[in-house]
Amino acid sequence: MKRYWGFVIKEFYHIFRDFRTLLILFGIPVAQVLIFGFVVSNEIRNIKISILDYSHDEVTEKITNKIISSGYFELYSHLTDYSQIEPAFRTGNVKEVIIFEPGFSSKLGKTGDAALRIVSDASDANTGRLITSYTQGIVMNYLQELMGQNTSVPFTIDTRTRMYFNQGMKGVYMFVPGTMAMILMLISALMTSISITREKEMGTMEVLLVSPLRPIQIILGKVSPYIVMAFINAIMILILGNFVFKLPINGSLVLLLLETILYITLALSLGIFISTVAKNQQMAMFISMLVLMLPTILLSGFIFPIENMPEILQWLSAIMPPRWFIIILKNIMIKGTGILFIWKETLILMGMTSIFIGLSVKRFKIRLE
Amino acid sequence: MSEIQVKNLHKSYGDIEALKDISFEVDKSEIFGVIGPDGAGKTSLFRILTSLLLPDSGSVMLAGLDVVKDYDKIRKIIGYMPGRFSLYQDLSVEENLNFYATVFGSSIEENYDLIRDIYVQIEPFKKRLAGKLSGGMKQKLALSCALIHRPEVLVLDEPTTGVDAVSRVEFWDLLHKIKLEGITIIVSTPYMDEAARCDRVALIQKGEIMSISKPEAIHKGFTRILYELSPGHGAYRLLKNIRNEEWCANAWLFGQSVHLTLDTNKEETEFLEYAKREKLSSKKITAGIEDTFMELMRKA
Amino acid sequence: MESKENIIVVKDLVKKFGNFVANDHLSFEVKRGEIFGFLGANGAGKTTAIRILCGLSFPTSGEISVAGYDAYKEREAIKRNIGYMSQKFSLYDDLTISENIKFYAGIYGLAPKIIKSRTAELLSRMGLEDIHNRLIRDVPLGWKQKLAFSVAIFHNPSIVFLDEPTGGVDPITRRQFWELINEAAAAGITVFVTTHYMDEAEYCDRVSIMVDGKIAALDTPEQLKKIYKTKEMNGVFLTLARGAKNN
Repeated sequence: MKRYWGFVIKEFYHIFRDFRTLLILFGIPVAQVLIFGFVVSNEIRNIKISILDYSHDEVTEKITNKIISSGYFELYSHLTDYSQIEPAFRTGNVKEVIIFEPGFSSKLGKTGDAALRIVSDASDANTGRLITSYTQGIVMNYLQELMGQNTSVPFTIDTRTRMYFNQGMKGVYMFVPGTMAMILMLISALMTSISITREKEMGTMEVLLVSPLRPIQIILGKVSPYIVMAFINAIMILILGNFVFKLPINGSLVLLLLETILYITLALSLGIFISTVAKNQQMAMFISMLVLMLPTILLSGFIFPIENMPEILQWLSAIMPPRWFIIILKNIMIKGTGILFIWKETLILMGMTSIFIGLSVKRFKIRLE
Repeated sequence: MSEIQVKNLHKSYGDIEALKDISFEVDKSEIFGVIGPDGAGKTSLFRILTSLLLPDSGSVMLAGLDVVKDYDKIRKIIGYMPGRFSLYQDLSVEENLNFYATVFGSSIEENYDLIRDIYVQIEPFKKRLAGKLSGGMKQKLALSCALIHRPEVLVLDEPTTGVDAVSRVEFWDLLHKIKLEGITIIVSTPYMDEAARCDRVALIQKGEIMSISKPEAIHKGFTRILYELSPGHGAYRLLKNIRNEEWCANAWLFGQSVHLTLDTNKEETEFLEYAKREKLSSKKITAGIEDTFMELMRKA
Repeated sequence: MESKENIIVVKDLVKKFGNFVANDHLSFEVKRGEIFGFLGANGAGKTTAIRILCGLSFPTSGEISVAGYDAYKEREAIKRNIGYMSQKFSLYDDLTISENIKFYAGIYGLAPKIIKSRTAELLSRMGLEDIHNRLIRDVPLGWKQKLAFSVAIFHNPSIVFLDEPTGGVDPITRRQFWELINEAAAAGITVFVTTHYMDEAEYCDRVSIMVDGKIAALDTPEQLKKIYKTKEMNGVFLTLARGAKNN
């Protein structure tokens, strides 16, 4: 036990003596959350739209008002005919046109099914997708209110869960869990793999191996400081999300923290595994960046929706730990669900953790070859 | 019984044979030197001794323990200084020492008397980061770290490489004090002149031990006739000239002089005539370690 | 020995880092074709002085001329006229022998024709024709050192600086290396060697020993051994350097 603490203290010295490590550990997460958060929330603000209303009734007026008063959209012009749509986009001022079919309100009342079309400028695909889904959200929201007043009429409701639960329709809701998954993965895996390969490079690993320390003691001693660091980071990100971006934690905080620790452990064991493969710090860094960071961003559903991916990428995304952690985070934080809804994802993370720990302990040699 | 017993040790990396049938024994509290150039197999040998590498065949016993089977027990009784000083550059002198002490389940106080002589020299800098120490200081700190758990066997892989001459002398003085504590020391070096500081010396080249002897007996490996020629200036010109002579078996530069090897008495007479004719000052000498090493290399 | 012109002239060289005086009024001359040993313990100020002589850093004060060029104003000209080899940095491990030669020759702007003919000549002289396509990492250390030296003088510099050139090789290889150095010196290239291994010092025509930023002794090894009454340069060095430590 004394040996273990001696090791942990030494690791903390390494961390605190190196300004760059500290900066990476604490500066970059904060910066990333803020940057992602603000970029995303600025993206959808005062988007200019045009309305082509063939109906001009009470419902279409209400929906229009609701959209314009949401803060995301600004009415640029009213159109009177289809032919005006393309010129409107051409000017570059209008990003979206909303079209109500004739007799919108009466159709909705009678059949419970009315057509509203959203045409958006997809030259910037992401923004296009975002504003479309925001609009859908607002409309859906309105329909829900209507339904609340009069439950006897069965309105058609598109129940796309993401929008449904993200009632405020803030991009931050998507980005904070994603950023958190990415940062924890990077910090935990990158830092441990680098700190272990550094010992190999400096030749100190040789002496540690020759000492009576067992591999598991070396691994635990290396890893525990980073569990603490990564956990502090996770809490920092949650606090930032809560105070700066008003991201709620609807579910159990304890469960959230426990899941976070599980995910950190997974990332650390991945880091150890990388260090058993990589010969030097440079290689460890490359592997961490290429194998962990890019796929986390691209394949975890953090930025690009998984359901839009080709099937093979969907399969690939299934082996990305962040994908499952993001689902867990969204469930607990936004939906407020408990372990019953996320036990599958939790089991997957646990399985991955034990595989990597097993592999690492097996690959971590008591000798040099 | 010997403290270290190495028997018929073989080690290859792919096609390269790093160690070819190495055998030797080291007595308790002896300083055993392994001298040879880079790539001779010193580091491979030492890594096998410290249980860091597995031999392909052959056996090594340290204090009666087998380095393969009893590696965990071995690791408690050896102190090891790898080729590069294995210190944490971003930890202070004191922190390095404390860390290695706890790793080996010991403390500075427990074995202070053993490292006192070394430690008093580095103590004034104990708050300084190891990375900021001079080469000689780093070397002493690394030695303290290897000694902190009072090992029975001390394995030092090229401890004097990259360290200045004064520090090297001081380092060898320290080893002789440590030896008096009953600690067995096996040390490697590429510098032939350090042979004199060992109790016994093994000369190693291309994975083979060419000779093992006391330093004062090394010259016995040299069986030919050896002359030292001192031309004053122009040793290189002289070297080129005499290499063309028939009687010259071997000639090498030794600083500002030339060492000439002769095989037969006839060659010797011919050379002496030449020296007289050319007014060359020369004298017959006993071989030094470098002469012997080169001779053994030729035979190998 | 016939009297030769001075190729390096250093007069009152001072280099300060803040309050720390790394080089304290160094004065010496090195002659064309001489093998000059520049010794000193770790931290005695060797590296600082060499950087200045190579045109890599400015002196604080003093007059320094290297190969006839001024160390303040003509640093680029100095760099073109010197070669440099160090045990730590010399050849690229992942390039072949030929590629290394070509690369260094290219740095000094030699014409392709000259590079080709000199490379062929160098390879045949060293007996490396058959393995000229081998990666440097697969070449034994001794050959590497000899090759590194040959590459350092490939562009026929006036002076070549060698930084601890021959550590860790067997005695025969080391002697072959010093024969190469002697050959270069005989061809008129000045050889400036720094080392803290005294057996390398024995091969130099003249040796200077730096202690605490000053030159404590400068003479032929023969003469120094006589003055300090020892058989080896090691003894000379220990007497001088220990004196410094006791201060």
